[in-house]
Amino acid sequence: MCSLEKRGRLFILKLTGDGEHRLNPTLLDSLRSNINKIRSDKSSSESVLITTSDGKFFSNGYDLALAKSNPSLSVPMDSKLRSLVADLISLPMPTIAAVTGHASAAGFILAMSHDYVLMRRDRGFLYMSELDIDLEVPAWFMAVIRLKIGSPAARRDVMLTAAKVTADKGVEMGVVDSAYDSAAETVEAAVRLGEEIVRRGCDGHVYGKMRESLLREVLVHTIGLDESGSSRVRNTGSKL
Amino acid sequence: MGLYKYRIYIPIKIRSLRYTIQHQQNIIHTFQFQSSLSSLFTILFFPPIITMCTLEKRGDLFLLTLTGDGEHRFHPDTIATILSLLAQAKSQSKRGSVLITTAHGKFFSNGFDLAWAQTAGSKTGAANRLHQMVESFKPVVSALLDLPMPTIAALNGHAAAAGLILALSHDYVFMRKDRGVLYMSEVDIGLSMPEYFSALVRAKVGTSAARRELLLSGKKIRGEEAVGLGIVDTAAYDSAEGVVEASVRLGEKLAAKKWSGEVYASIRKSLYPELCGILGIEARVFAIPKL
Repeated sequence: MCSLEKRGRLFILKLTGDGEHRLNPTLLDSLRSNINKIRSDKSSSESVLITTSDGKFFSNGYDLALAKSNPSLSVPMDSKLRSLVADLISLPMPTIAAVTGHASAAGFILAMSHDYVLMRRDRGFLYMSELDIDLEVPAWFMAVIRLKIGSPAARRDVMLTAAKVTADKGVEMGVVDSAYDSAAETVEAAVRLGEEIVRRGCDGHVYGKMRESLLREVLVHTIGLDESGSSRVRNTGSKL
Repeated sequence: MGLYKYRIYIPIKIRSLRYTIQHQQNIIHTFQFQSSLSSLFTILFFPPIITMCTLEKRGDLFLLTLTGDGEHRFHPDTIATILSLLAQAKSQSKRGSVLITTAHGKFFSNGFDLAWAQTAGSKTGAANRLHQMVESFKPVVSALLDLPMPTIAALNGHAAAAGLILALSHDYVFMRKDRGVLYMSEVDIGLSMPEYFSALVRAKVGTSAARRELLLSGKKIRGEEAVGLGIVDTAAYDSAEGVVEASVRLGEKLAAKKWSGEVYASIRKSLYPELCGILGIEARVFAIPKL
């Protein structure tokens, strides 16, 4: 499932265990509940979140097998991830994804929903797999892609070639911020970056509001924020 | 006026072969003809060289070629032919299909047929004809955005104005290193930029500096610079054959993935929502996930 640890001013959220960390409703609920704990912590506005994982996978995306065997779970899975991403975007602190394994499809989107993406170069890749498995891509995924990947050619490569992007390629494409030689080094670098941000001092509430405004288009798609940006409407998920 | 010697290459819709007929001035064949009867009259008695194009199939690859020497300017008939050939490719598409668009000679395309616009005889007439071409070209851009297969523009030579727009409407653009320039001439000849032209440039060209160089500077941009600005994918070839070969190689790589054309087109459109909005295409992205 997932674990939450506090190290000084750093919150370390970890997807635990050796599996693919597929984003099924249970894991998504657990992640959201941990994010809520972080948000309501007293020191939250002077802290930093680092999200990482155990094992070979950061996350291999939605639990498609589960959705196949129980189609009524598709909508809740997507709506829970939307809410999680919206929570990350409004979180009153900087966020770092320490990508220590494969991140595909919804897992890629989860990683990209962080302010900084640090990744290991020795193993693992980022992969928007949808084209390879005949899956259409939800509009809100595309909003994240468009806002987080700046180059039209890079967006095309990610979405229309289903590229398996290693860390170094990711840095070149502007998808990854920096690459490290191993999982441990990636996490260490994330911790160093987090500590540096804390040292610089940051008002998390202001930061969170700035980030919301920067990523407004994603919020429009995820939580039905209206275009003018007023946050009166705050559903928890899909517009059903 | 004198009699012109001319040839018209007419693409005939036969499923797997490219077939052209050479039309002599004094022989009238019965065949399927794209233009209206009045254009036929115009062509027989005031024969201009109208750029035509052909569609070939090579395995999984569709090859769309603007034929003959010359500037490959887009006359309304050219535009209609391109649309019809794209519709043909779409109807024959299956998993692994890829489109490569190229041309013969020194030019990929130099844009709209402004000479034809001028023969309207008046300023308003010319403006109307230009407007007609601008409007009728929109569906070409839409058809390429909608095409259920990867698309590659293999630039054999110069691409200017609407010709450059045709190139940029493809997923990949390959260019020569030694010859050929990209040129948005509108700023130099005082033409206003159609909205969908700007939207396409905004969609495909990422930096403000590159957009400025392309649209505002009136520069003739050569291969290396075009790569540096992120306008084309690669300009590593020293001949037209080199560009086409490289496009075929990429095409075969993409074809081997056997992607669903429908899914491909849907993802492609969702990359360019502003452009799709201006063209009036609905990207078939959906709110409820089909996981």
